Amino acid sequence: MTTEDSIIAAVADAVRLREPVLIEGNGTKAGMLRPVQAARSLSTSGLSGINLYAPKELIISAWAGTPLPEIEAALAEAGQHLIAEPPDLSRLLGSTGKPQTFGGIVATNLSGPRRVAWGAMRDHVMGVRAVTGRAEVIRSGGRVLKNVTGLDLCKLLTGSHGTLGVITEITLKVLPAPEATGTLVLPGLDASAGVGVLSAALGSPYGVSGASWLPAEAVARVPGLAGMAGSATLVRIEEFAPSVAYRIGRLNDQFGVAGAVVLDTAASRAVWKEVGDVRPLAAAAEDAVWRVSVRPSAGSGVLDALRAVGVTGFLDWGGGLVWLAGPADAATHRAVEAAATAAGGAWTLLRAPDGLRGSVRVVPDEPAPLARITRQVKAAMDPAGVLNPGRMYAGL
Amino acid sequence: MIRQPDPKPDVMVRRDSIVAGLRKLLPETGLISEPLRLKPYETDGLSAYRQVPLAVALPETTEQVAAVLRFCHQNGVRVVPRGAGTSLSGGALPMADAVVVGMMRMNRILDIDYPDRCAVVQAGVTNIGITNAVSADGFFYAPDPSSQLACMIGGNVNMNSGGAHCLKYGVTANNLLGLKIVTIDGEIIDIGGAYLDAAGYDWLGLLTGSEGMLAIVTEVTVRILRGPEGARAMLAAFKSNEIAGACVDSIISSGIIPVALEFMDRPAIHACEAFAHAGYPLDAEAMLIIEVEGSVEEQDRLLEQLSAICRKFDPISLKISQSPEESLAIWKGRKGAFGAVGRISPDYLCMDGTIPTSQLPHVLRRIQEMSDSYGLKVANIFHAGDGNLHPLIMFDANNPASFHAAEEFGADILKLCVEVGGCLTGEHGVGVEKRDLMPVQFRPHELTQQRDIKSAFDPDWLLNPSKVFPLLETETVVLPRAA
Ligand SMILES: Cc1cc2nc3c(=O)[nH]c(=O)nc-3n(C[C@H](O)[C@H](O)[C@H](O)COP(=O)(O)OP(=O)(O)OC[C@H]3O[C@@H](n4cnc5c(N)ncnc54)[C@H](O)[C@@H]3O)c2cc1C
Ligand SMILES: Cc1cc2nc3c(=O)[nH]c(=O)nc-3n(C[C@H](O)[C@H](O)[C@H](O)COP(=O)(O)OP(=O)(O)OC[C@H]3O[C@@H](n4cnc5c(N)ncnc54)[C@H](O)[C@@H]3O)c2cc1C
Repeated sequence: MTTEDSIIAAVADAVRLREPVLIEGNGTKAGMLRPVQAARSLSTSGLSGINLYAPKELIISAWAGTPLPEIEAALAEAGQHLIAEPPDLSRLLGSTGKPQTFGGIVATNLSGPRRVAWGAMRDHVMGVRAVTGRAEVIRSGGRVLKNVTGLDLCKLLTGSHGTLGVITEITLKVLPAPEATGTLVLPGLDASAGVGVLSAALGSPYGVSGASWLPAEAVARVPGLAGMAGSATLVRIEEFAPSVAYRIGRLNDQFGVAGAVVLDTAASRAVWKEVGDVRPLAAAAEDAVWRVSVRPSAGSGVLDALRAVGVTGFLDWGGGLVWLAGPADAATHRAVEAAATAAGGAWTLLRAPDGLRGSVRVVPDEPAPLARITRQVKAAMDPAGVLNPGRMYAGL
Repeated sequence: MIRQPDPKPDVMVRRDSIVAGLRKLLPETGLISEPLRLKPYETDGLSAYRQVPLAVALPETTEQVAAVLRFCHQNGVRVVPRGAGTSLSGGALPMADAVVVGMMRMNRILDIDYPDRCAVVQAGVTNIGITNAVSADGFFYAPDPSSQLACMIGGNVNMNSGGAHCLKYGVTANNLLGLKIVTIDGEIIDIGGAYLDAAGYDWLGLLTGSEGMLAIVTEVTVRILRGPEGARAMLAAFKSNEIAGACVDSIISSGIIPVALEFMDRPAIHACEAFAHAGYPLDAEAMLIIEVEGSVEEQDRLLEQLSAICRKFDPISLKISQSPEESLAIWKGRKGAFGAVGRISPDYLCMDGTIPTSQLPHVLRRIQEMSDSYGLKVANIFHAGDGNLHPLIMFDANNPASFHAAEEFGADILKLCVEVGGCLTGEHGVGVEKRDLMPVQFRPHELTQQRDIKSAFDPDWLLNPSKVFPLLETETVVLPRAA
């Protein structure tokens, strides 16, 4: 679709015929969550282009089908960046060809390593336009940085995986990109000790903006860490150059161990790109991939508990984000569910064959009273139930 | 003048039995129904509007909140949630047939977890109470509304409140992890928790800023942050609003995002100086307060860079704080701004629109023109980095015509904000104050879509029903639309 009007018409058709429609950007994340059974599909990929970029106002607005790399390039030209550092999961998800879209990354609320300090995609969406399941264009938010006018449908639509509306335009807050980046790499800590250091570093006054722990087999998959033996605990600072030097120095004084290494700006950027894009995950083509979100101090326990059932992974967000890969079968999935639940957190099945995705709970069920609200909100936005039915929850 | 929906006659006639029923659900002193004792609850920070409620319930536990809501739901009684009652938009204004549910007795801090950098607190804990509980260990809760001594975290969540430091640290929504809520039918639901971004709809985001219309919040899991090594402020004064605005642009373009970047115009400078004796330059047309953080060397370096930028704009004065005391003095005037204006004029309306920052000179010029034509004074205080304007309109409450003019003036300013690409409210909420202006920013079907979302949580429109949306001519209860 190349215009908002054509999207309205397509949704109106789907509603009239009561035929579900699969919403796509470039389809790069079509393998996420549950498979959608739909006769029709609707892609925003032709609805492309930057509508407004005001660097001095820290605001960018673009159509949902705009390739994300195009937005990143425009920002880079003005020395700015996407705050949440959204990852490129194409390699992980096995998608080919086209780059991910602006709308796709917002509809899935995917954020990278910087999320731990600077917020998620949802925190920076200042405005959206979307075509609801009533084939109406609604706007929420706007193009300013502070806005509490009315219910915040920006947040409701962000991360809704195309089930409440087709996002057509997004306005995002952006920030100046830091002048320099530095990373303190501590070798040899086990997961629990590594998370201990990450917690202390994130609880220091130095503004840590990346905090990840990689086991040995993950380190081996990251070219920028070549030559390191054993595990690696990574702590990042992004600041003006003198501050990076000073703060990394202080962190090294406090947490340094024998063999600690400091990565410079270029090396740091390369390594954190790999961490964000989940390159350290040893996920064979036939494996399933999960993301588990827990309180940071519980992350290492989740990894330990699942090693016994052949699931391996690494930690980001100071321990709070556990990336996992393992056999794509129901028993393993149940083990991941159990470990996440025991740790008081939540899981997402991010990649798996359709059979598995269609038969298990890809995300935790909501408690009954909340599930009732979910159904009513879905009915309020998409009364005919035509938008991405079943993507998140069976029957919804 | 704002209209309240008509009280439900069937509720008014059952007043005594409703009070008796509620009394059974609450601790001994937890229900107020005597007219004299209801009086303190008749208004909030928008004190021009008053309405004594039917009763006030003061629950002490989530279960009591659930019992009260279940009872009100079964009996068709409207409910107005209340924190500290500091809302500047009349968000907590009672209704004659409504039970106010006040959260002040739920004021305990339940858990502080430094390794995971979060705290669980009850909704009636004050904003400053969270920071006070963790400051000895070097931590703080970031959003810092000027009302932070009084306002409660449950109110902050429902208004999505901001503060002077949200340019760097974000508003309430960006600093929350989880909520415990009670729905109108008395169900207790946990949303999120001490972890980030679980899959599923972003209920946390939707509930934040929902102005008490979707559920009552009883517990909040907040992020707590380690404070910086230090912070220091500087003050720069300029010959015109335009020049100060251009300086703000230049700062942002330099790649430096200060933790705070506050703008005051001439009337605001004069009012604050008379009140706080902060040493503000009285010959300036506009003044910026800029704050940076880090080690002493980092502060020095940033303040030097910022001074160099300011110097390009021919400042009247430029003062870099050399000590925490001097920083406090610079902030003292700004933080006391409301009190300061209150000294010049006992009555004022605090407006709260947001504009694209490039529109600042134009908007300030238009506000001055309006001030002249309405014959009412206005002082402008502005979170410059994020475009959030706070014009303080001074009027005389003893003169109804003056109050009426102030309201019209305020509405004109907010319409101007929308016209230049901004919005009606940046942090104070719509409440009753801006309710009838909503059609300026939203088209009818967009408002209907928002109403439908409220109906999904509260089908009978019992929770804070007269706020945010323009009253319909006939009925406040909006039935869900057919598919
Ligand atoms: C620089 C770069 C190079 C790349 N190179 C390759 C490559 O060589 N090989 C390769 O395989 N891949 C490559 N990719 C692809 C890539 O990363 C994936 O395609 C991407 O994850 C797909 O995102 P999408 O926007 O297509 O989202 P989709 O997968 O289309 O959508 C994700 C989810 O969001 C929903 N959704 C999408 N858009 C909207 C909307 N507007 N409104 C509401 N819901 C919506 C969908 O229904 C779906 O549930 C590259 C990406 C980049 C950035
Ligand atoms: C002097 C002064 C300075 C101010 N400065 C700022 C500022 O800098 N930034 C800013 O953003 N605001 C500011 N405010 C506005 C106000 O303080 C905020 O909106 C604050 O968050 C309100 O909190 P409260 O506890 O007083 O809530 P109340 O005023 O009691 O209620 C606010 C709204 O939230 C609802 N509510 C309250 N508690 C709950 C709950 N537990 N569950 C469900 N709904 C609930 C109410 O129904 C109402 O709609 C200021 C106000 C004053 C008087």
